[in-house]
Amino acid sequence: MSDNIEKYIKRKVYKGTSSRIAQKFVDAGLEKLRACINCGTCTGSCPSGRRTAYRTRSALRRALTGDESILSDIDIWLCSTCYYCYERCPRDIPVTDMIIKLRNIAVEEGYILDSHFGLASTVFYETGHGVPANGENNKKWRDLRESYGLPPLPPTVHSYPEAVKECQTLMKEVGFRALLDNAQKLKEKRKLAEEKKENEKEGK
Amino acid sequence: MSEQQNWRYAFFLGCVIPNRYPMIERSIRDVFEELGAELLDMPGASCCPAPGVFRGFHIPTWLVIAARNIAIAEELGVNLLTGCNGCYGTLRDAWWDLEHDKEEKKHINKLLAKIGKEYKGNFEPKHVIQALYLDMGKEYIRGFIKHKFKDLKVAVHYGCHIVKPSDKRPWDGEYENPTFLDEIVELTGATSIEYKEKFMCCGAGGAVRTAVKEVAADFTREKLVNMREAGADIILSICPFCHLQLDLGQLEVNNFYKDIIGEQFHIPVIYITQLLGVAMGMDPSRLGLIKNHDLKGVSPFISIQPFLDMVKEQLI
Repeated sequence: MSDNIEKYIKRKVYKGTSSRIAQKFVDAGLEKLRACINCGTCTGSCPSGRRTAYRTRSALRRALTGDESILSDIDIWLCSTCYYCYERCPRDIPVTDMIIKLRNIAVEEGYILDSHFGLASTVFYETGHGVPANGENNKKWRDLRESYGLPPLPPTVHSYPEAVKECQTLMKEVGFRALLDNAQKLKEKRKLAEEKKENEKEGK
Repeated sequence: MSEQQNWRYAFFLGCVIPNRYPMIERSIRDVFEELGAELLDMPGASCCPAPGVFRGFHIPTWLVIAARNIAIAEELGVNLLTGCNGCYGTLRDAWWDLEHDKEEKKHINKLLAKIGKEYKGNFEPKHVIQALYLDMGKEYIRGFIKHKFKDLKVAVHYGCHIVKPSDKRPWDGEYENPTFLDEIVELTGATSIEYKEKFMCCGAGGAVRTAVKEVAADFTREKLVNMREAGADIILSICPFCHLQLDLGQLEVNNFYKDIIGEQFHIPVIYITQLLGVAMGMDPSRLGLIKNHDLKGVSPFISIQPFLDMVKEQLI
């Protein structure tokens, strides 16, 4: 056997793998990806991949092999959930749904963008709307509603405070509040560790 | 189905329609009334929750809040109606998933019992275009058309979740080349033009707009270039988030990509019930087409005056 082949066989292909994370991928059903024949139809159908570095096939392959770096990769948030990959997969893998599950694991591990965290924690959790019209900053939107002959606030959670409480009860029950709080803690911990590293570098 | 029926729907507003594009709410309410359908308010309904972003954070939260919303429509005893592809994606997928997973349904009902609600699943979440095309039908709607456009080139934008995932949608599995929206648009005498990548995503959905606005706007840039090349007079939407991305997004494209787009974009974006309403001879003020305020920084961000001029020239 030539040295080159030896090297090829022994090389460490995937870095930063973790069996704990790999198990999470399996538990989330991502082992369905074992049916993948790597044809690349998902990547070829992806309108996001045409303009970004996001590669559907590669992202899922990394998840399948337990490469945890995929969780902190912004690529998984660049899928616009257009579902072309889901529709066209010749192996009937629900590709888009796999990306969604991958995102769930990322959030569990504290990998969530600041903009997404704010949207979930202070907007959706507090108001029950993803895009609200209440509060001082949104006065112009209430005025706009009135200019079209509509009541300033719609007959949604905005007009029924007890409905917001109902949503919060459900969100607490399924662990959404705890998930967000934990994600924030993990984010802060990671940030501190990075700062420490930076400081040490500068200290030298 | 062409004779008049007693159509009643629970009107699910979602977020973007009532809170950013209330002119869409105005036009859906009034056009459905004109067509003889009754829309019931859904007291205390929340965000659907959004299928890419909130489902991306936590699937169990997404499912239980969606089930709560559907349960509110069930209490009214009618099918749910939404004018938003995102809400449609969430509510229809949640409904489908719960109908095919008895264990999950049981679990969801245990949770809903804590707030005194129950999910039964006996009513189907529908989209505005689905109600128009499948419930009422073209022949029925044709009977309401009073004026026809002589020369209006419309670039229709279907959006994604109206047709996909196709196994959970009512279009017989068609997702590559559907025609239901073009058919409804052409009832008004307008021409639905062909353009490159007509079925491509607007770029807003799936948490992309909140993650990286420039990426979302680059999808939009590609769509706008293709629409302009095909000579579009207006863009027609059936989803408020696509609508926002194609309307406000034109300002963003004009800003981010000014060096590569050539001329700046200013194509009016019109919602399906606004177009249908003018052809039905309805007063434009009932369709949210007349600006009646001095507010700054509100929708629509691209002037719809060129469209109103065509309405005046061709219909009145």
